[in-house]
Amino acid sequence: MTEVLSLLGDGMLLSLQPLNLMMIMIGVTVGLFIGAMPGLGSVNGVAILLPVTFLVPPGSAIIFLAAIYYGAMYGGAVSSVTLGIPGASTAVATTFDGRPLALKGRASLALVTAALASFIGGTVANILFTLFAPLLASVALSFGPPEVFALMLLAFATFVGLGGDDIPKTIFSICFGLTLGAVGFDQISGAPRLVLFEYNGFLQGIGFLVLAIGVYGIGEMLWTIDQTRGDITSTTPKMTVKGMATDAKEATKRGWKGTAIGSFLGFFVGILPAAGATPGSLMSYGVAKMVSRNPEEFGKGSVDGVAAPEAANNSASTGSMLPMLTLGIPGSPTTAILLGGMVIWGLVPGPRLFVDEQEFVWGLIGSFYISNAAALLINLAFIPVFIWMLRMPFTILAPMIFVLSIVGGYAATRDMFDIWLIVGFGIGAFFLRKFDYPLAPAVLAIVLGPIAEPTLRQSLLLSSGDPAIFFTRPVAGPITIIAIILILLPGLKLIRRKMGAHSKKPAQ
Amino acid sequence: MNFSKRMLLGLVGASVLASAPLTALAEDWQPRKPIDFVIMAGAGGGADQIARFIQSVAEQKDLTTRPLVPNNKGGGSGAEALIHVSTANDPDHTILVTLNSFFTTPLRQENLGIDIQTFTPVAMMGVDPFVLWVHKDSGITTLDEYVAKVQEMGGEYVMGGTGAGQEDSIVIAFMSEAYGLDINYIPYDGGGAVAKDLAGQQIMATVNNPAEAKGFYEAGDFVPLLAFSDERMPAYPDVPTLKEMGHDFSYYNQRAVVGAPGMSDEAAAYYQDLFTTIYESEEWQGYLASESLSPLWMDAAEQRDYWALQVDNHKSLLAALGE
Amino acid sequence: MRVGELITAGFLALLSIYLMWKSAELPIGYISGTGPGGGAWPFWLSAIMLVCCGFTAFNWWQGTTPASQSEDPVLDSHGWRSLIFVGGGIIVFVALISIISMYGAIAIFLFYYMWFLGRHGLALSLSMALITPIALFFFFEGAMRITMPSGLPFTDPVFNILYEIIY
Repeated sequence: MTEVLSLLGDGMLLSLQPLNLMMIMIGVTVGLFIGAMPGLGSVNGVAILLPVTFLVPPGSAIIFLAAIYYGAMYGGAVSSVTLGIPGASTAVATTFDGRPLALKGRASLALVTAALASFIGGTVANILFTLFAPLLASVALSFGPPEVFALMLLAFATFVGLGGDDIPKTIFSICFGLTLGAVGFDQISGAPRLVLFEYNGFLQGIGFLVLAIGVYGIGEMLWTIDQTRGDITSTTPKMTVKGMATDAKEATKRGWKGTAIGSFLGFFVGILPAAGATPGSLMSYGVAKMVSRNPEEFGKGSVDGVAAPEAANNSASTGSMLPMLTLGIPGSPTTAILLGGMVIWGLVPGPRLFVDEQEFVWGLIGSFYISNAAALLINLAFIPVFIWMLRMPFTILAPMIFVLSIVGGYAATRDMFDIWLIVGFGIGAFFLRKFDYPLAPAVLAIVLGPIAEPTLRQSLLLSSGDPAIFFTRPVAGPITIIAIILILLPGLKLIRRKMGAHSKKPAQ
Repeated sequence: MNFSKRMLLGLVGASVLASAPLTALAEDWQPRKPIDFVIMAGAGGGADQIARFIQSVAEQKDLTTRPLVPNNKGGGSGAEALIHVSTANDPDHTILVTLNSFFTTPLRQENLGIDIQTFTPVAMMGVDPFVLWVHKDSGITTLDEYVAKVQEMGGEYVMGGTGAGQEDSIVIAFMSEAYGLDINYIPYDGGGAVAKDLAGQQIMATVNNPAEAKGFYEAGDFVPLLAFSDERMPAYPDVPTLKEMGHDFSYYNQRAVVGAPGMSDEAAAYYQDLFTTIYESEEWQGYLASESLSPLWMDAAEQRDYWALQVDNHKSLLAALGE
Repeated sequence: MRVGELITAGFLALLSIYLMWKSAELPIGYISGTGPGGGAWPFWLSAIMLVCCGFTAFNWWQGTTPASQSEDPVLDSHGWRSLIFVGGGIIVFVALISIISMYGAIAIFLFYYMWFLGRHGLALSLSMALITPIALFFFFEGAMRITMPSGLPFTDPVFNILYEIIY
């Protein structure tokens, strides 16, 4: 352990050398803007940077990568709050409360909360990582397809309560998202599936970003324009240092619980290679709502509702480094590219890496600690800039959001067909929004569906078609049972309420 | 406005600079735009790693005047990439990193209307062999023990692999046929997930490429039993090949670069030169050795013949699979 | 709104039926020994969607949803105008991408929106419409190395110069 700490210290000291510190600053800033751009995320940042890592010493290269990674994670919240478009699937839950706060003129509170929660989430994850990495690696391995499916069930259970009051419309939205996620290709049988209208463009499936940008970037904007008759009088106040300090105080007071839940829950979900940061942030949001003393605030601008998913997605993204470093298994597209980088640097990813290349591993983790702190400071410093963007006249901000949606959408998939889909989803979402169809469940379902369906069917293949596999395995069993109880709970409540309402009716 | 004025000046200056090298190299074709470097697989898989390695070598040695821009199009088992490349509106700047789904996907999905012979051969960077792996805790160390175990379990023996009707299931199907095995096959979405579930003993065996299993092999977790290569592999000298066992079968995943259909001869020549340089580089040769890829260098005409041969082979292999 | 809600539910029901029909191209039953077939997941989900549309129609009939009690039009004249001008603007924008390149389309869309819809001054509209695509070009092509569509071949000379600058 002392050896680990000294290696970790070396990693941190290395990060603090003037040149490397400068690289961290640049990396975080670049990452922040990449993450804030809808459609781009840490994958893009890390991918463009990888070839450059030949030119600098490997130590500095890793530090630069870590800085971009953290910057992009912080940036995700920025577009969720200021533009209302989740820049990455991990930031969807942040829009639920971040956007309402921004519309109330409390964008700075939302951004400060996101920054602080992210920092704490990242730090907690780093500490857990440092202390328990090898142990957690075996936990990650014990999650086979049935366990991952059980976890997805749990994630669904937490967002049953997220929809609107209209139950059939909420269920419709969930199923619609899940069905869209099945478009393209059936992994298990290897056959094309739901190639709508026999159009080959659907073979590639419908990505999360296509739906999310369509719904939030186009649909929600059209709705806002229609609703406000085009003139939004911005109430966003100017940023001052004093105002930020007040926000920070308020964020701490009202968001500590969500932060704590997100930091731990996010990390444990994040270390599972098949799950990742999106279910982590979603479940944290759901749990924070469940344990909150005022759950009715959620969705209308709860500080806990921003803190929980933000702490969780940062914590989970750090957690997703664990299977990569301890097992050589990518937990996310970003870590997949990092793994490729390690091969280029001449390292062998795999279980030996953690033992043989301690200097690399702990150097990387050490730079995580420093990058995370730097990302917090730089993010806070940029908040006034983002707030200033919100103060732009709506007739400038709106076309900018449309342009960023289209450009970002193209950057994510590089396919014109997807751009047309974005426009189609946007206009469809506008009308559905008018008739009170909640769309967030669909956006989340399109992320979870492609994880849930293959794991469900893999599990049933494992058990030769016997669904008991979800109940008899030691890890999957309890998770499945909790999930089923949680799913049934609101239904039972509803029936009770309905019964109550019916018995009241004659009295009226 | 100041900003845009400076931009304009920059444009003029740059265009003067630009015209000089362009005229000097008039007869030698050079890319004028970033090169769309399409990868027939999602981020993180074996093909993706290779593409990014190639890109890094090109970048490091400054081999191209315009960058190779990796573009992952793994959807529909590579169908997405094939459609994207065959309908590219600028074939001179579109190249594709392929694997065997280059052969299998057009066969399995005839409605795509893809004829791979219209693509332009560029370079065969190497071929990736397959190896049968089990977990060390299974106690199995030889192929005979493995065969005995699978037969004893009678259909309960679980193996994982990437996709259905693709490389892994072809290899497993042939092996099952040869030894009369009944295997419960679970399709995964990538080699990394397969290796992870073997490490966690969710599944009992895999036919990963050496590159995907190497880390676990070196840690002693995975035991190689059988290689599907023509000859014994240098990195695994004690692992017998299926050929030695008397079955005339070897199977490799091709790691080749091809150009879009309709690419001009000049552009094709440029890319062939470029990838020959990369192939001969120390870095690539080192990569071939460390990741246990076999070299299989071919010129353009040989590649076309190889494609025809592979299409025929895969036709019969897929037919045997019942696809 | 009242009629609109029912039409929407009907349209979504048709969509659900189409998705069910399309999913049924693959086996939708429970295959013994291997679990559900390839089409089962989307098929049964679409079936639930269809049932939900039925419930929505029932609620509409009962008059329990806000929309079903509202006699307001779905879109008033202002609503239609803004939808056609903004939504239509976006559609034209996307259509233009394949002709005059992503950056050209951005410039035209921004100018159209700011000058025509937003009624900003000509100088502001023009400068935003020019600076934004240039800034985005350097960000995406230069820094991020993501190539945007360059439209029909006639834009090539411009892009050749721009690429010469950044590479």
